[in-house]
Amino acid sequence: MRLNVNGRDQEVTAPDDMPLLWVLRDLLGLTGTKYGCGMSLCGACTVHIDGKAVRSCSTPVSAAAGKRITTIEGLSADGSHPVQRAWAEIDVVQCGYCQPGQIMSAVALLKEKPKPTDADIDAAMAGNICRCGTYERIRAAVKRAAELGGGRP
Amino acid sequence: MTALTRRGFIGATGGGLVLGFALPLKRRPFLVDAAPAEAAQVTAFLRIAPDDTVTVLLPHSEMGQGIWTSLPMLIAEELEADWSKIRVEHAPAAPAFYHVLWKRQGTGGSTSTWSEFDRLRKVGASARDMLVRAAADRLKVDAKTLKAENGAVVGGGKRLSYGALAADAAKLTPNEDVRLKDPKEWKIIGKSPKRLDTPEKVTGRAEFGIDVKMPGLLTAMVARSPAFGGKVKSFHAEAALAVPGVRKVVQVPSGVAVVADHTWAAEKGREALKVDWDLGPGAEVNTDQIAKELRELTKKTGKVAAEKGDPDKALAGAATKLEALYEVPYLAHASMEPLNATARIQADRCDVWTGTQFPSGDQTAAAEITGLPPEKCFIHTTFLGGGFGRRANPVSDFATEALHVAKAAGAPVKTVWTREDDMAGGYYRPAFVHRIEAGLDKAGKIVAWKHVIAGQPLRAGAALDHAALEGASDSPYVEQVPAHRVSVHSPFYPIPVQWWRSVGHTHTAFAMEGFIDEIAHATKRDPVELRRELLKDATRRLKVLGAAVEKAGWGKRSESGIGRGVAVHESFGSFVAQVAEVSVDKGKIRVHRVVCAIDCGTAVNPDGVAAQMQSGIMYGLSAALYEQIRIKDGKVQDLNWDDFRVVRMNDAPRVEVVIASTGGKMGGAGEPGVPPIAPAVANAVFALTGKRLRTLPFKLA
Repeated sequence: MRLNVNGRDQEVTAPDDMPLLWVLRDLLGLTGTKYGCGMSLCGACTVHIDGKAVRSCSTPVSAAAGKRITTIEGLSADGSHPVQRAWAEIDVVQCGYCQPGQIMSAVALLKEKPKPTDADIDAAMAGNICRCGTYERIRAAVKRAAELGGGRP
Repeated sequence: MTALTRRGFIGATGGGLVLGFALPLKRRPFLVDAAPAEAAQVTAFLRIAPDDTVTVLLPHSEMGQGIWTSLPMLIAEELEADWSKIRVEHAPAAPAFYHVLWKRQGTGGSTSTWSEFDRLRKVGASARDMLVRAAADRLKVDAKTLKAENGAVVGGGKRLSYGALAADAAKLTPNEDVRLKDPKEWKIIGKSPKRLDTPEKVTGRAEFGIDVKMPGLLTAMVARSPAFGGKVKSFHAEAALAVPGVRKVVQVPSGVAVVADHTWAAEKGREALKVDWDLGPGAEVNTDQIAKELRELTKKTGKVAAEKGDPDKALAGAATKLEALYEVPYLAHASMEPLNATARIQADRCDVWTGTQFPSGDQTAAAEITGLPPEKCFIHTTFLGGGFGRRANPVSDFATEALHVAKAAGAPVKTVWTREDDMAGGYYRPAFVHRIEAGLDKAGKIVAWKHVIAGQPLRAGAALDHAALEGASDSPYVEQVPAHRVSVHSPFYPIPVQWWRSVGHTHTAFAMEGFIDEIAHATKRDPVELRRELLKDATRRLKVLGAAVEKAGWGKRSESGIGRGVAVHESFGSFVAQVAEVSVDKGKIRVHRVVCAIDCGTAVNPDGVAAQMQSGIMYGLSAALYEQIRIKDGKVQDLNWDDFRVVRMNDAPRVEVVIASTGGKMGGAGEPGVPPIAPAVANAVFALTGKRLRTLPFKLA
């Protein structure tokens, strides 16, 4: 089937029910998207399909065919997306494993709500677990990203 | 031959100064085939390249705690390096990178920064000295007329960059006694430069063990016994082999591995696999039953760890008696990155890629399994997607298993654990019960303290389980009670157990700080005032306690519906006090704000220390509010984030950190933020509701 990943059309051979996560990681080598639970419980696998945040671990690849898929690798070539810049400025990361998913959720949030309130951040980010407990810095970085224009398309 | 092998090592002075100042100058790409064959012989802590980049080989593992930044700071400070030119890699497993205190390479016990403080500063200072002498030779001037600054040697109107001097400098003999800077001269230590691993980690480029790729790499999932210690009786591979993408099904000591082209095929193949197990005694494990047995055990004195006077007599004669049971469950570390390891075995070498806290142990395991000498077993430490102690497995369980799978499959294999595999995989923080009895005289002074702890020891058969006692038997509260006894029961259960971020302090701080709070309320004392009185000789505890309560506004009236609680504890050489502000709504505890003060001696990177306090608080709060591993008839019940709940964005408190250094001996930062939060929250809930919480996770009936 044909997948559009980060602006490029790619042909993949995979069973229809194979989660998009494993197609991205194991077949296309895009390992920035992480496996954390396989059940949409932790958000580590968050990518965008047509601009909306989805959990790729529970999305069969067939459901993503023909749609625009964006992964952390597609956000910017060099970490210059406002959300990535805000993450760097606030020094959010610790182990870093959950952060691609956190960033993808934050980008989707800012697209919908360019000036999110704390309640908006709670609602949009509660699906992304960070065992290092970087939540407070994520919250600050989401707000900083809003100032940097992270919600602009 | 390059200087890498000629001048890599200068010899043992005291703890063994191992100076790295080696070339070649080709930067080792991070993963897979590009690792130089001689990696096990690398003895250098740094490489300086002609383009002026300074690459630090990190002797410890980065798992979030920030040593990827704080340890290079130590070198850069003395090297007078240009911070923008610093690059970092994990060191290979090799004796040169052994822990200063352990005879092996490893990361744990919150030791990395303080244990490297002298060694890595000396590395930087020695390298600077050599570079300055090389410049003096080239310029034909006295070295005293030259100065190292910002990645170059300057003097007499000339400026020679380190990259331009490195090849000459490497030919010089290092001076063994170079002067280290006075703290007043520090330019980097004590500042908070941005983390050096951020660019990789915000772009998805950072490579964790689970991300390792190489041509021909297969992926495996292992069917393991549903109960701990069970053995394979027989298995039927046909259905698994029929799954597209499944290549092989092989038996290994830990179970049966399904080896496939990719993770999904391995998982589907494992679902189709049929295994008959001999479950053994592990099938009889019930954590409810264990908790009962531990409670029962605490009725009798165990192995005595601390004793003074006659606590039985003192208790009998006390005017007031208090008794309480504090209980904590088994816990999984639950790192975000599930366990995994990649192994490739060839005729003359073996390579393991994994996020490990114990490269030495993995190397030993690789040598045993392959029959190769250890120096032919190359351990490539990737970033760790969390460690918390789980990736410091004493028997290298996840690396060992991957080696067995690769050996049986005859191919390079990455063994991946699902979340459920990781959670059910054991090596838990053991459950503990504390029974504390205290006797008070008429004036409210503590005159008797009987304390019995029961729980599975980290090492079966040890004379005394110190890990269960730390923070209790050596508590300044206990030591000053004229008649006291602290003892421990260490029963065996067939559950693998291990150190979990802050180890024994996870439960001893909860018991001690909760019970002291009970005494305060029983004697109608302010909890801070009672602690101040009892800790009058414990100056560093007093200082952090003072700093935390001042910032929190202790004593001023809190908002309506908010309760405050305090706890102070020493662990891993650092002193931490926390004040928690909580509310309770329909039985749900919500922590709004935590004020935390830490004294870890010199804070090399204060923002890094603050980040570790924030991190430790969230980790400890997850255990206080939610986490438990329950085992029923041998089967682990809490397998994913729906059962094993953790703190999320919507229930994460605001954390304010004060670095309250007394300039005393350095301690750690990775773990000491964890222990005080559970008691601080329990004490706050009591202040608000009058209900005393003595069991984790908290339940308000």
